[in-house]
Amino acid sequence: MKKIVALTLACLMAASLFLTGCSVRQNGGNMQYTGNNSGSNAGDTGSSNSGDREVNVCSWGEYIDESLIDEFEAATGITVNYVTVESNEALYSQLQQGGVNYDVIVPSDYMISQLIEEDMLAELDYDKIPNFSLIGDQFKNLSYDPENKYTVPYTWGTLGIIYNSTMVDGEITSWDAMFDPQYAGNVLMIRNSRDAFGIALMDLGYSVNTADEAEIREAYQRVVDANENGVYQAFVMDEIFQLMENGNAAISAYYAGDYLSMLENNPDLRYVIPEEGTNWFVDAMCILKDADNVDEAHEWINFIASTEANLRNMDYIWYASPNTTALEEYPAYYEELYGEPLDMELYEIMAPSQDVLDKCEAYLVLPSDARTLYNDLWTQLGIV
Amino acid sequence: MKNKRAFFVIPYVGWMTLFVVAPIIIVAVYAFTTAGGEFTLDNFSRMGTYASVFLRSFELAIIATLICLLIGYPLAYVMAKEGPRFQRIAMVLIMLPMWMNFLLRTYAWMSLLENNGLINQAFSALGIVDLSNAINGGLNSFCAWLNSGLLEWVNGLLGSDFVLNTARPTDQTFIRMLFTQGAVVLGMVYNYLPFMVLPIYSVLVKMDNSLVEAARDLGANTSCVFRRVIFPLSLPGVLSGVTMVFVPAVSTFAISKMLGGGTQLMLGDLIEMLFMGSAYNPNLGAAISIVMMLIVVICMWVMNRFGEGEEQAVIL
Repeated sequence: MKKIVALTLACLMAASLFLTGCSVRQNGGNMQYTGNNSGSNAGDTGSSNSGDREVNVCSWGEYIDESLIDEFEAATGITVNYVTVESNEALYSQLQQGGVNYDVIVPSDYMISQLIEEDMLAELDYDKIPNFSLIGDQFKNLSYDPENKYTVPYTWGTLGIIYNSTMVDGEITSWDAMFDPQYAGNVLMIRNSRDAFGIALMDLGYSVNTADEAEIREAYQRVVDANENGVYQAFVMDEIFQLMENGNAAISAYYAGDYLSMLENNPDLRYVIPEEGTNWFVDAMCILKDADNVDEAHEWINFIASTEANLRNMDYIWYASPNTTALEEYPAYYEELYGEPLDMELYEIMAPSQDVLDKCEAYLVLPSDARTLYNDLWTQLGIV
Repeated sequence: MKNKRAFFVIPYVGWMTLFVVAPIIIVAVYAFTTAGGEFTLDNFSRMGTYASVFLRSFELAIIATLICLLIGYPLAYVMAKEGPRFQRIAMVLIMLPMWMNFLLRTYAWMSLLENNGLINQAFSALGIVDLSNAINGGLNSFCAWLNSGLLEWVNGLLGSDFVLNTARPTDQTFIRMLFTQGAVVLGMVYNYLPFMVLPIYSVLVKMDNSLVEAARDLGANTSCVFRRVIFPLSLPGVLSGVTMVFVPAVSTFAISKMLGGGTQLMLGDLIEMLFMGSAYNPNLGAAISIVMMLIVVICMWVMNRFGEGEEQAVIL
């Protein structure tokens, strides 16, 4: 009998281990804490600040040159708890749910306006962020933060179609490809409601910011039809890297910066901004109203906004920087680093010129009933 | 004496109240309220919409549990019969994968099952992809023949319009495995198999061999001994194994998200999406959790009733 009990206990323990494994995933997408111990030790010995100062940063996956974190920790003695989350919607869920204590978050434009609207962001003290002056004027006072009281831009870029030129005949020029039964089983759709329905809205010729229920439902139906026709292999976020790089899918929609990362591993991939236009986004750093480490958060933001950090981030994650100097210097920086000139066509994908951006539309925050509709339709989508 | 014993129970009761009973009450409160906190039954009246998700989850979990049982029982049986050395090695081999992170293991399956993954490369090298194309081609022409002959006659007779599929792919360069329901079942079987093997093994290894000898003495042949003696005696192990596989399988979300691709949600995905994911609605999520819990409890209750009579046999 003892043996049965012992074995059952062992099973239960294994099961509970496994369950906690799940809940970590649940809490943080791909949760990862970087350099916790080493960082704080180095900091404690290296600086006069002997208190255990820390800052909790939540950002997207593959979205920072991680050596910047170590550097910041060594320079300031502040421990950085760096956590990643999958999408703006998932971040919002976490903030609503409570139980997370982020200081700095890096949401996209439309989510920032929603957070401001719900009074969840703290006003920044720009005196503590001198590097804010380096940010280009075209990235200040944007519609999501018209008086620029809450945000310091982190990166910007476009959403577009990424396709594998060996798996597709001819060139892809339109969002239609994301819904075309011809590519059944070969398309990866993006797993967040705003982008997925946004793509369908753009394909139908509507504004991505429409609050018209009929138009949103039409876009939803476009995605449902394609899903029922078996067009989509899967709904993915960062799994897309592996799947596109290994040639497992022909067509997908994702962000320009991530395309450039994939291109390093698979030269057959192409990026196109469809003729219908696309979304251009700004992700910006904000401090939450209930943040515990406000000073540390300002220091972090100022550090990340510096030209040096922007150059290194651009080189690492391939997203365009809003820092004017970094944007100008990057081709030279690249040439010095790699001994070969930067392919200007790629640079144009990373940081498209104004005439391309003129074709693009930024996401604005939707009225709350449209947001509810988005959520409801998004849950409907997988029910088939 | 009695009071002293009661004292030992306090930590357990405290723990259960704090971490089991209280959360269930909170979930229930969420399920019966709106986002604003008013009482509502709306969350439950919307449940019909999600019937297909419930069906799919229970279907896949039942399939995975049956496969685990079919693989796990013989394995546990062989282990229990072999010598201690074999038992030790087999035990380590079964436990070994569980020492590695569960997400990592499932992620590894993604790269194995990919269209250009290792398994598909092996398949095309071994000609299995061509074989599958040939079989599909054969099936297509056979179905076409049936369609034009037999079925046409039947349809004429019944006024119906039965048509067999003649469009199976014959030009595949790989076999689609990742992002199918089969992959989800595979992931469940792979991850939960130890939970089936261990309880069955622990019952079988404890079984009194003299009962088997007695049965043989009384003239029972091998299959009769198994059917009438060994299997009934191992039923408690089977039941706890089934419970331990079925319950996590029906509520899994990581496996179905990674191997299923999310085009067809399972319950776990849906609940995760409503709580932590891209569509925030914890009230609806709580209602779905409650309904799922009820169904699981009913399933377990029915199953335990079914095994009740047999459990007496073990005590004897």
